[in-house]
Amino acid sequence: MDKENSKIDEMEIIISNFLRVGVLLSAIIVFVGLTMYLVTGISGYSGSYFPATLSEIFRGFIALKPYAIIMVGLIILILTPVFRVGVSILVFIREKDFLYVKITTLVFIILLISLILGKVE
Amino acid sequence: MTALALQILILSITAGIFGSILGLGGGIIITPALTLLFGIDIKYAIGASIVSVIATSSGAAVVYIKDKITNIRIGMFLEIATTIGAITGAFISGLINPKYLYIIFGLLLLYSAIAMLQKKSQELPENVENHPLANKLKLNSSYYDKALKKNIDYNVTGIYGGFGMMYVAGVISGLLGIGSGIFKVMAMDLFMKLPLKVSSATSNFMIGVTAAASAGVYLLRGDIDPKIAAPVALGVLIGATIGTKIMQNLKSKTIRMIFIPVLAFVSIQMIIKGFSK
Repeated sequence: MDKENSKIDEMEIIISNFLRVGVLLSAIIVFVGLTMYLVTGISGYSGSYFPATLSEIFRGFIALKPYAIIMVGLIILILTPVFRVGVSILVFIREKDFLYVKITTLVFIILLISLILGKVE
Repeated sequence: MTALALQILILSITAGIFGSILGLGGGIIITPALTLLFGIDIKYAIGASIVSVIATSSGAAVVYIKDKITNIRIGMFLEIATTIGAITGAFISGLINPKYLYIIFGLLLLYSAIAMLQKKSQELPENVENHPLANKLKLNSSYYDKALKKNIDYNVTGIYGGFGMMYVAGVISGLLGIGSGIFKVMAMDLFMKLPLKVSSATSNFMIGVTAAASAGVYLLRGDIDPKIAAPVALGVLIGATIGTKIMQNLKSKTIRMIFIPVLAFVSIQMIIKGFSK
């Protein structure tokens, strides 16, 4: 039982730390982009237009356009739960808990399908 | 512009605090507030609320997982239902008139408020028999309750009902970008009879995944406007961090008493909005 508990402790610490990194990284990037936008008043795009495709966001990010920087931070935020599921699979494999490796892999596949479906649309 | 961003930031901090305490993701506050107070197009309000749900979830989970209030196994198992539901919802959303969505959603919330009210004097669930499937899936667990200052062991029941309710929660999340947390808390509280704090923290853990499943669709569709979503994301992350500290020291009864009026208020607001459209 003690061994079981220490395994769960480890899993919780890994997943919690992973989330902390994702959240902080996205918060910093969003904050930088928003501050640039509010201070300069320039979004990097004309009118109320904002980029919504991955290539446009990426190009805008390289060009340091405030809206594109914000979008990159938001994308990291959106991807954090997806990667969290991926990290969980690895942790369950490490614990040799194969029932949960299957369950978590299934969730991960469904998530990827939904992201791909979104792209097609 | 800065004034608007600051107002949205303050609103979002509030949403993050309530969301992380109640397991609701804050979308329930963000969407109506952005549309009703700031006159923002429902399309961008829903986009921002999806972001707020993910921010509440990840922000709160950092603390709740470390403190073992979140039941990761229950969360992972039920996420099968919510992710499939979220895809269903995102793809049928263009087919349904939002007027009816508001009314249906409002009525469902009102129902959940009444169901919750019947349990208002209960601090912890009692006499819960472990479901055979719960044993197989190793779902029963324990957590340290800071308000009661003791370790709480709990069993899990109503797996099938909870799983079905989770699918509905996913569909609603995909449709409106809000409300998924309420149905998750309901599924765990009313069907699976988990302690309310575990339901709230596990709901919090899950809502990010469900929302992420539909967020990609919203982002590429151009529904996530950076000037609105950025202050929402930052405010909610700050609020969620504060909320996790508050929630652990509250009694479950107190959390329930905050939960019920929030449910009732938002449900009535939604029904009115549905009829006035």
